[in-house]
Amino acid sequence: MATVIIPTPLRKFTNQTARLHVEAGTVGEIIERLTLDFPELKKHLLDPQGSLRSFVNIFAGDDDIRDLQKEKTPVNTSTVISIVPAIAGGNH
Amino acid sequence: MAIQDIQFSKEELARYNRHIIIPEFGEESQLKLKAAKVLIIGSGGLGSPALLYLTAAGVGTIGIVDFDVVDDSNLQRQVLFDIHEIGKPKVEAARRRLEALNPHVHFILHNTHINSENALDIIKDYDVVADGTDNFPTRYLVNDATVLLDKPNVYGSIFQFEGQVSVFNYVSSNGVRGPNYRDLYPTPPPPGLVPSCAEGGVLGVLPGIIGSLQALEVIKIITGVGEPLSGRFFTFDALNFENRTFNIKRREDNPVNGINPTIHELIDYEQFCGMRAVEEKPVKEITARDLYDWQVKGKPFKLIDVREPSEYKIVQIGGELIPLAKVADHADQIPRDIDVVIHCKAGVRSLKAIRELEEKFGFRNLYNLKGGILAYIDQVQPELTRY
Repeated sequence: MATVIIPTPLRKFTNQTARLHVEAGTVGEIIERLTLDFPELKKHLLDPQGSLRSFVNIFAGDDDIRDLQKEKTPVNTSTVISIVPAIAGGNH
Repeated sequence: MAIQDIQFSKEELARYNRHIIIPEFGEESQLKLKAAKVLIIGSGGLGSPALLYLTAAGVGTIGIVDFDVVDDSNLQRQVLFDIHEIGKPKVEAARRRLEALNPHVHFILHNTHINSENALDIIKDYDVVADGTDNFPTRYLVNDATVLLDKPNVYGSIFQFEGQVSVFNYVSSNGVRGPNYRDLYPTPPPPGLVPSCAEGGVLGVLPGIIGSLQALEVIKIITGVGEPLSGRFFTFDALNFENRTFNIKRREDNPVNGINPTIHELIDYEQFCGMRAVEEKPVKEITARDLYDWQVKGKPFKLIDVREPSEYKIVQIGGELIPLAKVADHADQIPRDIDVVIHCKAGVRSLKAIRELEEKFGFRNLYNLKGGILAYIDQVQPELTRY
């Protein structure tokens, strides 16, 4: 079980839920669970080949999972997973 | 100008007194600010507060890049401008406001669209860059240009209720270079997956917060006071008032400054972001003038408006309202025996609607209104409300 923070742009796919508690042992299992529970999230998190998209960063605690064990990064009940997609707004 | 050659007038000493009396800041930091040249790219939502605070703080030279003119719909968040500046170039409106705020600052205006041809030239004479632009191609352009020119890049970005800040390509006092935008996000999202603020909206006060944080980081970089947000990535969720600061690192496969760089000069960023790479079948288009011609001549056709109801309330040109998200559900109500013109605000959502209707339902009689309702207002009915 880990806590997952859904960013505001993706909350429309999670019934506006900002924090989810997901039963899983790794980051990869969390992503799989999320895309099953919220199918519309899938195209925003995974590319057509099923890999994590490179404009969506996943942090376990304060660290990028690319600096940990990527999808195999273990999670426990105290782990907070943040999903942070690239956004580009600012001028207009 | 070298710092030892700079002297403050009595007026300046009085003006900057609240900085100078901070023990960790002092006159030395204030002198560094006066000697510094800062470039703000984009004078809109993020650039407005950044420019106001950096001007007030006494940065000696400030460059402003913007190609746009002030519009009514900017005033909800672009606090640099007022109603008297509507229709005027933003860089000039910005200078008028900022010179009135602090006459000791020298402004350099770049009233142009920053692109691969001019970016290096514009950026090269500045010490620090703050990126307050609004699209992925320009984000990667500014990133690569600042890395190639060895300048720190203070990044801020917003969408709806979410803000992000980081300091890229910063070399610390012990000579260690921090990550850049390509280390954080190696590739941009494909066009259409992430809406822009023009489509998705933004809460007006959010750029005020994020742009102010950019100004803060610019001041820290120039003065050496504090720890810049290098190697860290700050996110702010205005809805839940939650902020997080993540650790980010340089990556060996960074194409600009990794182990084997492949980008040695600026590239075509529109193509990199997929804007031109996708060779999708072109859809039929109609200009606002031709649409008007059809209307005047009484040609049988149907006009569909795929914007949101809130936009329809502001201004509409007689189209039937079917918001983009509901187009597929209403496909059976769209005629196939006469021409159908589909429009939105500027032509992007209507293009998506036409692609969806053609691909999923086999329509062949759809025309995209080029430039959307904005083009129609400009070219046919200028008395209507722009937004």
